[in-house]
Amino acid sequence: MRVTSISRILALVVPVLLSLNSHVFAVTGTEGAQPTVHAAAAVEAPVAAPGAAPAVEAAAATAEPAGEHEEKAGDVIMHHVRDSNVFAFEPFGEIELPHLQLGTLDISITKHVVMIWLASLVLLIVAGTAGASVKKLSAKQAPKGIANVIEALVDFIRNDVAKSNIGHGYEKHVPYLLTVFFFILVCNLLGLIPYGATATGNINVTLTLAAFTFVITQAASFKELGVKGYAQHLTAGTHWSLWIIMIPIEIIGQFTKPFALTIRLFANMTAGHIIILSLIFISFILKSYIVAAAVSVPFAIFIYLLELFVAFLQAFVFTMLSALFIGLATAHEDHDEHAVESSHH
Amino acid sequence: MLTSGIILLSGSLLDPNPGLIFWTAITFFIVLVILRKIAWGPIVSMLEEREKGIQSAIDRAHAAKDESESILKKNRELLAKADAEAEKIIREGREYADKVRTELTEKAQAESLKMIASAKDEIEQEKRRALDVLRNEVADMAVKGAEKILRATLDAEKQKAVVNDMIREMSATRN
Repeated sequence: MRVTSISRILALVVPVLLSLNSHVFAVTGTEGAQPTVHAAAAVEAPVAAPGAAPAVEAAAATAEPAGEHEEKAGDVIMHHVRDSNVFAFEPFGEIELPHLQLGTLDISITKHVVMIWLASLVLLIVAGTAGASVKKLSAKQAPKGIANVIEALVDFIRNDVAKSNIGHGYEKHVPYLLTVFFFILVCNLLGLIPYGATATGNINVTLTLAAFTFVITQAASFKELGVKGYAQHLTAGTHWSLWIIMIPIEIIGQFTKPFALTIRLFANMTAGHIIILSLIFISFILKSYIVAAAVSVPFAIFIYLLELFVAFLQAFVFTMLSALFIGLATAHEDHDEHAVESSHH
Repeated sequence: MLTSGIILLSGSLLDPNPGLIFWTAITFFIVLVILRKIAWGPIVSMLEEREKGIQSAIDRAHAAKDESESILKKNRELLAKADAEAEKIIREGREYADKVRTELTEKAQAESLKMIASAKDEIEQEKRRALDVLRNEVADMAVKGAEKILRATLDAEKQKAVVNDMIREMSATRN
């Protein structure tokens, strides 16, 4: 009993210590190896630090007098959180990722692209296994193992997210909602693994996912309501004299929804990582083992566990809101008319 | 405008990266298509099937309950009917038995009365016959006695007186 609890704690501490180590190396070792990246980091640090984390800025400010030559904590954190063309396995080395060009578009494989692919692979294997084992199941057998886990989540998304928010015609949106949920979940969780990166902590990724939701929402709205119904939706059922105000507001509202999805997921996933790194850097800035043992590690572990929860929560929230937006877009505005219509049937 | 926006934001956390958007879109779309086919399709259809199965099981259970209730009701009715039947049979049997008994006793009484009456008749007849026999006997004895007396005395006068006396006596006793 005690041994298992100790091993659990070790399992949590070791990754943190490893990432801590990697930053020591980042501070000292990579100085000469990668001048270009560091130059870029130095330029972007003042831009990024105030917006992202005031604590980091303060930490960086305290660190500054210690030595001009040393890299600032904010830079290292930014370097860790941001995308790059290098997949670093400090202290073991690093992999330079290939640069690709499609016309004028730069489609280089970056760290986050690799993480997305990794997440896709994991998802395909896990869900594929579950799907295959479910297919083999007869109606009278209970599912077990991985299929059981996946099935519970699928059932949850299907009933409590899709069915209760979209209502009529929810079936055709279930695959999208399930995919987006598991995709975000796996990306979030992979970001918590040492050497991993959180692809969902990159605004480009969340923007793309939100764009999917946006397109699906608009398409579903057109399909369900028709052009006339869609236009009616934009007036929000108000008097015609208010249309000049309502229509722009409704159009803006169509775009704020995916925008909110984008920012929410990105900010949540980035913030957790920045907090963990900041907590660890406190001990480096203060150069104290006591702070490391008493503050940095325990709090970092706490935030790590919180992030584990947030990984699930944000995946759920994104899916939930997507379903809600689809439900709102496909809802019939004029309920009375609809009721009359249905009573005629 | 797009390029200027990219230059403005590049280097920060909001660094725009069209390549990443491109890869994310492609990857997500492919994953969506594949998972829809290999995972969500089977799992959702299995869930639907199971829902239907559970619903049908519940329906069947309800139907079975209704059926068993109706059977129980029917059984109760049958039992009540059988009870009534049995009671009726017992009552009828009892009534019949009563009737038979009263009939029998009446018959027996009538029989016995009849027997008593016939016995009385017979007794009367026998008595009458016995009296006749006795009368004849007495007459014979009287004749014999008279004969003896006649033989013994041969006195006409005396005889006459004796016979007269005797006749008188006899008529007296007879009346």
